[in-house]
Amino acid sequence: MGIAVEGAFKRFGDFQALDDVSIDVPDGSLTALLGPSGSGKSTLLRAIAGLEELDRGRVAINGSDATETPAQKREVGFVFQHYAAFKHMTVFGNVAFGLKIRKWDKAKISDRVHELLRLVQLDGLAERYPDQLSGGQRQRMALARALAVEPQVLLLDEPFGALDAKVRKDLRTWLRRLHDEMHVTTIFVTHDQEEAMDVAEQLVVMNQGRVEQSGTAGELYEHPANEFVMSFVGEVNRLGDHFVRPHDMDVSLDAGDGAEQAMVQRIVALGFEIRVEFVLGDGAEVWAQLTRTELQKLELREGQIVYLRPGQVKSFSSGDAEVSAAA
Amino acid sequence: MTASTPAKWGLRGLAFGYLGLLLLAPVGMIFYKTFEHGLGPPVEAMTSPEALHAIQLTLLMVAVAVPLNTIFGVGCALLLVRRRWWGNSIVDGIINLPFAVSPIVVGLSLYLLYGNTGWFGPTMAEWGIQVLFSWPGMVLASIFVSLPFVVRETVPVLREIGTEQEQAASTLGANGWQTFWRITLPAIRWGVAYGVVLTTARVLGEFGAVTIVSGSISGETETMPLFVAKAFEQFQEEAAYAGAIVLALLALTTLLLMSVGGRKAKASTTKEGF
Amino acid sequence: MDAHPASTPPVSAAPRAGIRLPGVGVGLGRGLVVLYLSLMVMLPLAAVVDASLSKGLDAFWSAVTGDQALAALKLTVVCSLIVVAINALFGTIIAWVLVRDEFPGKGAVNALIDLPFALPTIVAGLTLLTLYGAKSPIGLDVAGTRVAIVVALCFITLPFVVRSVQPLLMEMDREMEEASTSLGAGGFTTFRRIIFPNLLPGIVAGVMLAFARALGEYGSLILITGNLPFDTEVSSVFIRSQIESGNTAGAAAVSVVLLALSVLMLIAVGIVAHRGARR
Repeated sequence: MGIAVEGAFKRFGDFQALDDVSIDVPDGSLTALLGPSGSGKSTLLRAIAGLEELDRGRVAINGSDATETPAQKREVGFVFQHYAAFKHMTVFGNVAFGLKIRKWDKAKISDRVHELLRLVQLDGLAERYPDQLSGGQRQRMALARALAVEPQVLLLDEPFGALDAKVRKDLRTWLRRLHDEMHVTTIFVTHDQEEAMDVAEQLVVMNQGRVEQSGTAGELYEHPANEFVMSFVGEVNRLGDHFVRPHDMDVSLDAGDGAEQAMVQRIVALGFEIRVEFVLGDGAEVWAQLTRTELQKLELREGQIVYLRPGQVKSFSSGDAEVSAAA
Repeated sequence: MTASTPAKWGLRGLAFGYLGLLLLAPVGMIFYKTFEHGLGPPVEAMTSPEALHAIQLTLLMVAVAVPLNTIFGVGCALLLVRRRWWGNSIVDGIINLPFAVSPIVVGLSLYLLYGNTGWFGPTMAEWGIQVLFSWPGMVLASIFVSLPFVVRETVPVLREIGTEQEQAASTLGANGWQTFWRITLPAIRWGVAYGVVLTTARVLGEFGAVTIVSGSISGETETMPLFVAKAFEQFQEEAAYAGAIVLALLALTTLLLMSVGGRKAKASTTKEGF
Repeated sequence: MDAHPASTPPVSAAPRAGIRLPGVGVGLGRGLVVLYLSLMVMLPLAAVVDASLSKGLDAFWSAVTGDQALAALKLTVVCSLIVVAINALFGTIIAWVLVRDEFPGKGAVNALIDLPFALPTIVAGLTLLTLYGAKSPIGLDVAGTRVAIVVALCFITLPFVVRSVQPLLMEMDREMEEASTSLGAGGFTTFRRIIFPNLLPGIVAGVMLAFARALGEYGSLILITGNLPFDTEVSSVFIRSQIESGNTAGAAAVSVVLLALSVLMLIAVGIVAHRGARR
């Protein structure tokens, strides 16, 4: 059950948007499609919705093959980055739209719409027009509209991308809670790894039309499959042949085996943590994340020479980075 | 850069002077001339049987030509904007042609098609349809000259609103027709309305083509513009001016609608975040 | 939205997703559009071209180069050129005043510019005749002269340049002018070197549209100009007289020439618009 995509291919002119993509989304889960621009995540989402036609491949929704079904009949709720609000209709009209199409009777529509508006905390605004709402409110309206018709699947395309940082954070939490309450299989697309890791149970990292890795936030962070995933899902420094997380950087005043000589360039206090920027012998710049205690112990100053070792490395074979085991 | 004060007044003088001499004074004169001897004569002239018939016929032209061109215009705009096709630029070019054709040439073309020796003339006669010297020919002329307006005003609005609302409607279960009727059409209504206003004004005012096609038979195939021309040529100045006033008032109403509608059409294309 | 018939901007590629009409629907729609256009526009024009050549190429040529035809064409073209030049100047001034100046009633004046588009041409001719004809209250009688042609055509084509230049002026980046001033350029120099070049595409487009319009004008001219062959007869009036004397082939021939000139103008406008859009 849930959603399954097998062997999806999609090309736009010269651009291969999806290159043999297969994913499995468990029923009732909350999954994030994460990746940079052009990675194919939106295309994949739209293909699941039926808004794009695949060149090759299958899409199955709740066990049945939906590849040939038009968007209109797939019963997916879709939320757009820029809301796609029906400008000329009230909030009520927007949310009721799908129900009107399905010819529900007036009283039932009214009940359902008000129920949903309460759910998304927009009750009282039913007679307003979208242009009288804030961005966050419009997006909640869009969600209510999508949920009104009781879709099997809820798809969100960078739903918070057009909103301010604070509103984004609030809506993130709110989406999480909504999902906990409703348990609709949900997939959302984002390029913000923090958002993905905060909200989703499962992350699918995509790059250049392919799936790089899928798993929980913890799995991706601790056991990235390759350099791309590692650097996408967290900060990464390159120390010689090693990829090291800033908080795994071992800074010491003693030279020794495997230590890289570096000069302290800048010490920045960012709230609780300290960020120390170094420049290596070959001119490369790296940085380490230290606690205040660690900083005090080392008594670092700008211009000081120190020695860096990877405290913990990730090993994977990719191109030019053959990495050794953890220290 | 705003002009310095003497330059500013100089420019204003030139602009207002030109507009005054060319637009305002002549229109003012017509109003003066018509009502020079009071309301009586013009009203009488406008309620004569010929005048009433002319008004009726003019309205008939509008009632047939405008809806046809509107339906065509919206449909064509949809196809041009929402669908790729190699023929789109050709269609686009043809739509602009009526702006390049003199009304007299339009009249000639219809005469050549539907006259006794024309391409379709004999066939039409056989079927008992009279095109020339009767209202169908005049409607065809009106359609020709006013064809581009609805398309041209709808295309930019359609392009501007984008397809997201339509896609959303699709995911909510609406089929093509429902989407068009409930979502697309309301979204483009001001562009369409503006195009309709322009179309109507053009049909109301058409003269050259209709002159040729109608034979200008008083009481039968005279539209208002033809009525005005004939009245003037026959030294019935009262009637001519009265007719001109009616048309001028319609034109001013059109201007008002254009001014209001144009602003609304523009506003509907610049709203963001939708 | 402006009323002036500038070319539709080049039609860009349609987005991939959209209203999912069934394939049959789209094909049918296209068919209907093509049918409508053919019936209403293409066939009539084809008939004109066909008639112009119906008596052979020689007849076409002699019809077009006949004395009266040539005189009419010359008059039409010359008057149109004069008119567009006048309106290029005044149109730009009016656009400037409407965009950069503030005064009470600006909205009304702005709306009034479209009057020549909204007013039937016959009424336009009549109004001009009232003021500048035989019974002119100010004693200015130009009826029956070539000046009348110019006056009438100025009225008819007034909005074109104004409406082409206005949007350019409104969108113009003030910072360019500010930069110019900060570099020491005076008002007129800034206008000449910075503003004017940016307005030029609009002026050119407006001029070409106005020219195409003026070439074919009929209604406003017949009352005010006297329509004397070789003197005050423009091509449209000449064509009409040929139709009335039964010489449809000759009428069609001259029509084709007029058409060709106007279509050329429209194509040129399209090219100017395309270049402007690319910048």
